[in-house]
Amino acid sequence: MGESGKPLYQELGLLEAEYERVVSLMGRTPTDPELVMFSLMWSEHCSYKHSKPLLKGFPTTGARVVMGPGENAGAVDVGDGLAIVFKVESHNHPSAVEPFEGAATGVGGIVRDIIAVGAKPIALLDSLRFGPLTSQRSRFLFRRAVNGIGNYGNCIGIPNVGGEVQFDDRYEDACLVNAMCVGIVRHDRILSCAAKGIGNRLVLIGNRTGRDGIGGASVLASAEMGDDDADKRPSVQVGDPFTERKLIDLCLAMSEAGLLVALQDLGAAGLTSAASEMASRGGVGLAIDLDRVPLREEGLAPGEVLVSESQERMLAIVEPGTLAAVVDMAARYELDATDIGEVTDTGELEALWRGEEVVRIPSLYLTDDVPFADVPQNPAPAPSPIDLADVAEPDDLAVAWLSLMGDPNVASKRWIFEQYDQLVGAGTIRRPGGDAGVVRIPGTDRAIAVTLDCAEWHCELDPRAGGQASVCEAARNVACTGALPIAATDCLNFANPEKGHTGWRLVQSIAGMAEALTAIDAPIVSGNVSLYNESPRGPIFPTPVVGIVGLLEDASKSVGSAFHRHGDQILLIGYGEPRIDASRYLGRCEGLPPAPDLAREAALITLLVSAADKGLLASAHDVSEGGFAVALAESCINGGIGADVTIPKGRRADEAMFGEGSARVIVSCRPDDVAAVQGLAGSSITVQVIGEVAGDGVMITIAGSTTQVAVADLARVWEGAIPQALEA
Amino acid sequence: MSATRVAVLRFPGTLDHESAATAVRAVGGDPFFTHHTDTELPDDTHAVVIPGGFSYGDHLRPGALASRTPIMNAVKRHAAGGGRVLGICNGFQILCESAMLPGVLRPNASLSFICRQGDLEVADAGTPWTGGRVVGERLSVPFKHHDGAWFGDPGESRVVLRYRGENPNGSVDKIAGISNLAGNVMGLMPHPEEACDPLLGSVDGRTLFAALLA
Repeated sequence: MGESGKPLYQELGLLEAEYERVVSLMGRTPTDPELVMFSLMWSEHCSYKHSKPLLKGFPTTGARVVMGPGENAGAVDVGDGLAIVFKVESHNHPSAVEPFEGAATGVGGIVRDIIAVGAKPIALLDSLRFGPLTSQRSRFLFRRAVNGIGNYGNCIGIPNVGGEVQFDDRYEDACLVNAMCVGIVRHDRILSCAAKGIGNRLVLIGNRTGRDGIGGASVLASAEMGDDDADKRPSVQVGDPFTERKLIDLCLAMSEAGLLVALQDLGAAGLTSAASEMASRGGVGLAIDLDRVPLREEGLAPGEVLVSESQERMLAIVEPGTLAAVVDMAARYELDATDIGEVTDTGELEALWRGEEVVRIPSLYLTDDVPFADVPQNPAPAPSPIDLADVAEPDDLAVAWLSLMGDPNVASKRWIFEQYDQLVGAGTIRRPGGDAGVVRIPGTDRAIAVTLDCAEWHCELDPRAGGQASVCEAARNVACTGALPIAATDCLNFANPEKGHTGWRLVQSIAGMAEALTAIDAPIVSGNVSLYNESPRGPIFPTPVVGIVGLLEDASKSVGSAFHRHGDQILLIGYGEPRIDASRYLGRCEGLPPAPDLAREAALITLLVSAADKGLLASAHDVSEGGFAVALAESCINGGIGADVTIPKGRRADEAMFGEGSARVIVSCRPDDVAAVQGLAGSSITVQVIGEVAGDGVMITIAGSTTQVAVADLARVWEGAIPQALEA
Repeated sequence: MSATRVAVLRFPGTLDHESAATAVRAVGGDPFFTHHTDTELPDDTHAVVIPGGFSYGDHLRPGALASRTPIMNAVKRHAAGGGRVLGICNGFQILCESAMLPGVLRPNASLSFICRQGDLEVADAGTPWTGGRVVGERLSVPFKHHDGAWFGDPGESRVVLRYRGENPNGSVDKIAGISNLAGNVMGLMPHPEEACDPLLGSVDGRTLFAALLA
């Protein structure tokens, strides 16, 4: 029995049927530590019991894929024997309970996934969702989460090169904090987590083990948020970035010296998860002597040592002959490296405590035998498109424009990214605030472009098209810098899949993402699923965050979003008509945005990459939140220069200026290069010359009527919105 | 003749050692890393760079622990013999904590970390650190720090660089970088090693690294 009088398995969050399966697999009643291990490994967070079967739909192979999903992070070839390693991961529930430490340890966790592959981290990004900044609680969560990401990321010396944030009521009690890390590794230095070599030693490296984060994966991450969230605060881990930095340096040095047979980070479910993954992957057993685990405090029970989520720890397999060298090297970096056990041929996870065996579980039971749960699929009725007659036309388009620029969802995110070190490592070629971050691949003349995006309103209204749109927007952002999208990672943030239409939206979004990723030839190489993002106020929007990595063959040819020179011609490139449906201008998640045309999306990407490679583009900027007028204003503000353009009216002037839902990019180039850009477009992509870079105002003419606002006025509203909202 | 040897100090938590080494190479020097437990600099050490980062996790105060390591005694001897020392960001903090430069670095007035490309201007052209630049000349160099507000008596040092325009951190007299009165030890909060590559937007930082080799 547990302390509450309920059976222990119930207290631990296991269903009765799951408990019965444990007993039947084991052929006996499990010990308490064993039961704790099952409860965590079979939680949604660790087992993906709802989502794993669905993820099979993603494209995961391709000519560049060096390592697909299943390891700590995926890897893709970028030439010269080098691979880029990356993954995005959520830390939503901990951040809702304790935003500073929750967000900070989210960064720490994803970075350890990258170093577990043997890669050197070179970039961080983050994707955030909070309630509106009019809410005091959301201001607190947002401010503290950004502080936490900044404090940890700055101290470990990885540049933060991009990200995104949205504010909406749906995230008021269920915020999202997703972090992505990108690393670089030589192909022949890529490490696997698979344990091998009977008799090899199991070495725990880094921090000592304490009581923090116990049950984080099952208590927090696999349940909805509720009134007792404050009681869950002890389940949130506490980060120590200084130790993480030493851990990064040490692991890279050990890998370079060839001392590691396998490496794995300790994340959710701590030692239990790390050891069972390593054993199952390697098809071997691991015997752990819990008395040898260095502890931060006295009195931990064996089950607590096995599942503690104390941060900044890695588990390595090393050959017995190199153990002394491993311990010596760790001492040089002022870290512990402790021999805690060995690789066995039993296929079982064994744990000794005070000389007695307290755990003996075939590791596959923990990693592969979770009972999968069906996701109920209850389709939501298809919404109707917005009838323009129901939306009042603004008296003054300039006033509407300025008001949209001041919407925190549209406004400059400078308040966030100026708290992050964007430059450490001296490789950041394009900083946050543009379409994608661009980072030089160390030691080469090439660069990568990286971005995180999600079209959650679109996913709510039409999840299949929304999944496609999330991928297409991320890919377009990368292509705007001139980089060719080569691979992707995803973080599927959804509500409780057993309720309402969530399961159906999850399945549909994945299908849409898979179609778009196939169309642009960017396989998924890593990913993460976060379910139960739901509170008594209701579910979050379906938020499948997509991270895309693109490759620039020549780092000097990257393109930014800012207009450069007076007299440059401005071109609108893409396809489709802007629509008011689910736009920031409409301000509501209503209507039916047009679905992407995947063949045209691929053609647009090819055009942008090719034009950048030929050096034709002075700037390129994707039209997204806020529509054409906002994107044009951003290119003007970033360049400190004006523009004078004429665009078609379409159905109505406000929709032409602020409508979304089509794939269009605002490009500027020298007048002499216009014909060359037009020559690159096939029949499916339209290239319209709409005006030129000029003056210090932004002028948009529609059907003979001109709306004009000074760049300085647009900039003041756009830059001031988030700082002002936080002062409220 | 072999290239000039420049020691790049590395403590646990140092972050910018590789960028600093790249910058030293870009101006023709030969950089090497030290370990924090070293007690001596090699005899052929011509100059020393103390790069940025969070040495010892900023525990106690930024730079406080690093300033008490054995290698810093060797750096003091190097400077006492007239050798040049450049401290960047956390390196500047370490130089102040070691009393090799006057004053202290206090938390930014905003109490927030700030990362921004900024303009500096030469305030004193008489030290080696500004090359041939004249007073008032502009350098574009990024700054990024949480504890960058220099506080002290400017009269005890030579004010080499000031922030142009808005003061990002509330330092006395908009000071961005100072040298000792002799001019051979220089500390600044901005990051010249991240302004040595045209693809990063500026090469103005090379001026400071070139001064190490003279």
